[in-house]
Amino acid sequence: MQDWIKIGHMNDIPRLGARTVQTAKGDVAVFRTSDDDIFALFNRCPHKGGPLSEGIVSGHVVVCPLHSWTIDLETGQATAPDKGCTRPVESKVVDGQVWLKLETAKKVAHG
Amino acid sequence: MNAVPRQKLVVIGNGMAGMRTVEELLAIAPARYDITVFGAEPHPNYNRIMLSSVLAGEKQVDDIVINSRAWYAENGITLHTGDPVVAINRAAKTVSSATGLVVTYDRLLLATGSKPLMPPLPGLDLPGVVAFRDIADVEKMLDAAEKQQRAVVIGGGLLGLEAAWGLKRRGMPVALVHLMPTLMERQLDVEAGGLLQKDLTERGLHFFTSGQTEEIMGAEEGCAKGVKLTDGREIPADLVVVAIGIRPNVDLAKAAGLDINRGIEVGDDMATSDPAIFSVGECVEHRGQIFGLVAPIWEQAKVCASRLAGRDEAHYETPPLSTRLKITGIDVFSAGQLAAQDEADEELVYRDTARGIYKKLVIRSDRVVGAVMYGDVADGSWYFQLIREKADVSAIRDRMIFGQAYADTGCKGHGGGVNVAAMSDDAQVCGCNGVSKGAIVKAITEKGLTSLDEVKAHTKASASCGQCASVVQAILAHVTGEVVESKAAGMCGCTDLSHDEVRKEILRQELKNQDAVRSALGWRHADGCAKCRPALNYYLLCAWPAEYVDDYQSRFINERAHANIQKDGTYSVIPRMWGGLTNPTELRAIADVVDKFKIPTVKVTGGQRLDLLGVRKEDLPAVWADLGKAGLVSGHGYAKGLRTVKTCVGSEWCRFGTQDSTGLGVKLEKMMWGSWTPHKVKLAVSGCPRNCAEATIKDMGVVCVEAGYDISVGGNGGIELRGTDHLVRVATEAEVLEYCAAFMQIYREEAHYLERTAPWVERVGMDYVTKRVVEDEEGRKAAHARFLFSQKYAQTDPWAERASGAVDAHEFKTLAEVG
Repeated sequence: MQDWIKIGHMNDIPRLGARTVQTAKGDVAVFRTSDDDIFALFNRCPHKGGPLSEGIVSGHVVVCPLHSWTIDLETGQATAPDKGCTRPVESKVVDGQVWLKLETAKKVAHG
Repeated sequence: MNAVPRQKLVVIGNGMAGMRTVEELLAIAPARYDITVFGAEPHPNYNRIMLSSVLAGEKQVDDIVINSRAWYAENGITLHTGDPVVAINRAAKTVSSATGLVVTYDRLLLATGSKPLMPPLPGLDLPGVVAFRDIADVEKMLDAAEKQQRAVVIGGGLLGLEAAWGLKRRGMPVALVHLMPTLMERQLDVEAGGLLQKDLTERGLHFFTSGQTEEIMGAEEGCAKGVKLTDGREIPADLVVVAIGIRPNVDLAKAAGLDINRGIEVGDDMATSDPAIFSVGECVEHRGQIFGLVAPIWEQAKVCASRLAGRDEAHYETPPLSTRLKITGIDVFSAGQLAAQDEADEELVYRDTARGIYKKLVIRSDRVVGAVMYGDVADGSWYFQLIREKADVSAIRDRMIFGQAYADTGCKGHGGGVNVAAMSDDAQVCGCNGVSKGAIVKAITEKGLTSLDEVKAHTKASASCGQCASVVQAILAHVTGEVVESKAAGMCGCTDLSHDEVRKEILRQELKNQDAVRSALGWRHADGCAKCRPALNYYLLCAWPAEYVDDYQSRFINERAHANIQKDGTYSVIPRMWGGLTNPTELRAIADVVDKFKIPTVKVTGGQRLDLLGVRKEDLPAVWADLGKAGLVSGHGYAKGLRTVKTCVGSEWCRFGTQDSTGLGVKLEKMMWGSWTPHKVKLAVSGCPRNCAEATIKDMGVVCVEAGYDISVGGNGGIELRGTDHLVRVATEAEVLEYCAAFMQIYREEAHYLERTAPWVERVGMDYVTKRVVEDEEGRKAAHARFLFSQKYAQTDPWAERASGAVDAHEFKTLAEVG
């Protein structure tokens, strides 16, 4: 089940930086570019699982801090000649609030 | 974004050629097609060339898979394995598969490969007769090997020899039947073929050359039991491998009415006679030629992908080919003409029978047109380059047979004293990423790379620490045959200006922040990139210590979080221990922190400090707060800055110590801590020439002697070991501090970002350093003063700032938790 979930204000995320959101499926890195676009990716580099949230952001790419793979923030794809992809998460900004479309564990009512 | 609807691309054939085309296509036009792939085999695509290594037991099937199923999924490709396409309907633009799937296409790619060539022999359909083509064939061979049976291989070309050798390696007695008198006669001349047969005979293979097979004999129970030759000889066998060659697999294309000759006919654009249908690989015939080697097929994939992406300029042209044999320990190379063809041709031959080395070059009008090598193939790629470039070799003709290293009296082929020509293919060049010379050469030749950056991007060689860059550069020069000038390249893709030019403009135009630099100097990308931003940040900090505000987001994570990121995403914390000294309070505080935060590892570093490894990022501020209470401050063990000053116990305890090396180490560290530098900087002070602190491999080293202090600089204990150069002997501690600060400041102001003192000293020369630091007293004192001035702004403890929660608090907290 996927739901839109409000995770915080855009200003909580530094420009050209990232913050992480913990989810049941793993950490999601939420990036803010210099032009105030917001992108979200699962926080694991397709190469060796490096935390992309710690990378240097420029334009619409982030460079993984472990081995400098360059990942496209829009698609999660590694830049050629590297190959691989980390899953992007849909995001939107409404009135400065950042929303992510995330898997939510539905609690099953008993009895 | 998705205004243009995606087109449908169907690929028939899940092999190397088809998937290479898809990879090339995804790289240049990832969103253009919805891609469906049909493969007849039940496996994801694998490297067929490596089947011989699987057979020989050097690799497992899993090792040769190129793209896993996850790759197809990640790229949105629909994959049908074990389901061959049985018909193409060109009018309806659909394909139908064996299981009944019908898929429509806008563009169709035929990559159906080849079939083993099977001669019309009686007995060919007996159980125990196999080809050497796919994983199923290899499995049959391995099964026979396990049962300790005997094998006959028919065919003494590349494929047959590799099959025979693999089976031999698996413990089977193997005989090889070859129609011609010489093995690999299409790639080797009689001499080299003879050496090969001799070597393989010594390794236990049996050969029947000039041997024509008449029939494969069957036993009564119906299995193959041997091979009978036309001259009456009979060779017993339980397994018969037929490996005489391949022929294009054109059945499907033929049934669909495409133009076929020996293979599916394609033009220079890789399109078939139907413009919506393309074809690549071993199934193809281009200008009368068919293909069995990988290099031209990679080129076809590239052209085909460009065309599929809608680019009309790509044309395929068959490149010159070279051959190597994949039998461990046997080195064979050939390219071009194998022998002189008429009187105008000349042959240069080098033969050393005792060492099993043979080289032949075929020359026509001062150009190399062919090369055959056996035993020593190190220069194969160089000769191949000479052939491709049609280079005039008259000037090196008398030496070239001995190899590039001899032929070139200049520096070609040598990288930092390394003879790359003599380096074996499996020699590891890049220790960080495990890249061999062979892998680099392969990438350069197959992908046509021409610059260090391209080699870095495609192979990862020198992409990490960069220490092997000079060797990679030399290999590049060696393979491409060009002396690659180590010209002052631009800082990064954002500018063509060099590091030096950028630094000069920052001062001249008084540029005081990154945006000002990027706009004044015409940067191509408004944000800069991960390469130039940290460099600019440092250059500005160095130029304007009192004014520039550090740009937190332009720092690598280690400096941004003030701790060292580790492979699992945790961090390590190194408290400063001045001159290597500590005390019970500090040790207790460290022990308590390790307990409290369950830090898994405590390690003494090479620089005499304690490293607490495996700290979770969110714990960092609290760890620092606890350490701070005991007076411990950041050790900057993560910084492009001063790291440590290593010391011995000197005159205070040591019976040989001439001066107080520990005390001097502390003074140096107190003066220099917190300084940002182009790269990390390490110092050491030894109390006597026994040099227990190993001062002569540090960026700056002081060795105490009876008469005073010997200062030396430019050492590096890293990958490329470099001993220091002696700078000066001084008499007092005050002078040590002055000279060291001056050296440090000039390095800070003039080196390139990420250039350590060792390469900097080598680049500018020790004479220059001596002139600036020793001979120019006024200049030295001014540099010393500039260093101390910048230190006024640098010496704040970043840990204390962050532990207080006032600085960068968001860095250490997650934004939200969901679910």
